[in-house]
Amino acid sequence: MRSHHDMGGLPAGPVKRTEHDYALWEKRVDALMMLLSSPQRQLLKVDELRRNIEALGPQAYDAMGYYERWMHAICQTLIQRGVITIDELGRKMEEVAAARRGAP
Amino acid sequence: MSHEHHAHGPGGAHEHLPDAEERLGYYQTMEIAVRELLIEKGIITPADVRMAVEAMDARTPAQGARVVARAWTDPAYKARLLADGSAACAELGIDMGPTRLVVVENTERVHNMIVCTLCSCYPRFLLGLPPDWYKSREYRSRAVREPRAVLAEFGTVLPDDVEVRVHDSTADMRYLVLPRRPAGTENMDEATLASLVGRDAMIGVALVETKPPGS
Amino acid sequence: MTTPIAPRFTPGERVRVRRAFPPGHVRTPWYIRGCEGHVERLCGAFPNPEELAYNRDGLPAQPLYRVRFRQREVWPDYAGPGHDTIDVEIYQHWLEEVR
Repeated sequence: MRSHHDMGGLPAGPVKRTEHDYALWEKRVDALMMLLSSPQRQLLKVDELRRNIEALGPQAYDAMGYYERWMHAICQTLIQRGVITIDELGRKMEEVAAARRGAP
Repeated sequence: MSHEHHAHGPGGAHEHLPDAEERLGYYQTMEIAVRELLIEKGIITPADVRMAVEAMDARTPAQGARVVARAWTDPAYKARLLADGSAACAELGIDMGPTRLVVVENTERVHNMIVCTLCSCYPRFLLGLPPDWYKSREYRSRAVREPRAVLAEFGTVLPDDVEVRVHDSTADMRYLVLPRRPAGTENMDEATLASLVGRDAMIGVALVETKPPGS
Repeated sequence: MTTPIAPRFTPGERVRVRRAFPPGHVRTPWYIRGCEGHVERLCGAFPNPEELAYNRDGLPAQPLYRVRFRQREVWPDYAGPGHDTIDVEIYQHWLEEVR
């Protein structure tokens, strides 16, 4: 089956020549990828990142931003590799979100 | 504190983020959480992240423009650039990381244009992060099948006697287009020439004009 | 060090991209499968991305080629002139001889 990311030659509308200055969080996602894939760490391969992006359903792939897809894939790879666990990630995300809400 | 966080789940602003005005989305929360876990585990340090972001900010299309201007003014350099793009960039002090750069030259007969249909591969060590449109469904889908129509949307209309050659960057090579030097620039020095070379010309969707892009 | 797989094709040689549709992560675009072109250059040998995607070493390294195709042979309804071309990087295991 043709995968959703493999879009060369498919019909699409005019190219919207948009661009934006990347937000700090987007650059940090990029930085995480660069650091994790570095020769001294080797905790992520670019093709693992791609595979995890490609595994997103078509709807999610189109709805998510570029660095949202990357973040999803970095996270999946780290779980698959056993670098982080789902439990510790879930708890940490709750902690981060609570801190941002100003909750105790 | 934003009112939006009730409607959007883990939202609200955060005082430590420069982009504090933005709603803290799910993936932003994930980024912070993963980064903090990796720091706790001693895999990365805050300084590693900061330096990686700084290095990213230092990579801009101006690096590519310097390479192009040197190739226009130094035939021996141009020959080396076409033979081994990464080595020739390194000669100018540009850190190309692991990039294997292939430089494709526009001539009277051939116009080159770069796309990555499968993801968004881009010579990021040379030109920095790609523009949004390069990563868009529209560009990735259509550049391979109707390149002339896409070029026309960028205002680049080429005669039929020019061969349009698209490069789909699918694997381990990254591509830089060496644009044609415009007529009337014979007396310009290298720095002035470099100021004419825009990012889009190095992706191959634009031509270099005798005035800097956007002026 | 695993010896890379030896190159089977030489620049200028006509080749066909395998018309294959395996599941999983592959770097051969759908639109180019089954198409014929000629080898523009050998890029070197690189670990197989289909293996790297699952955190294996991808060795022995596969020769990687840039293959040039005529647009009208890729897209029968291609609107531009007959000399327009497209170059795609293809790993050797996705290529076959054209007799």
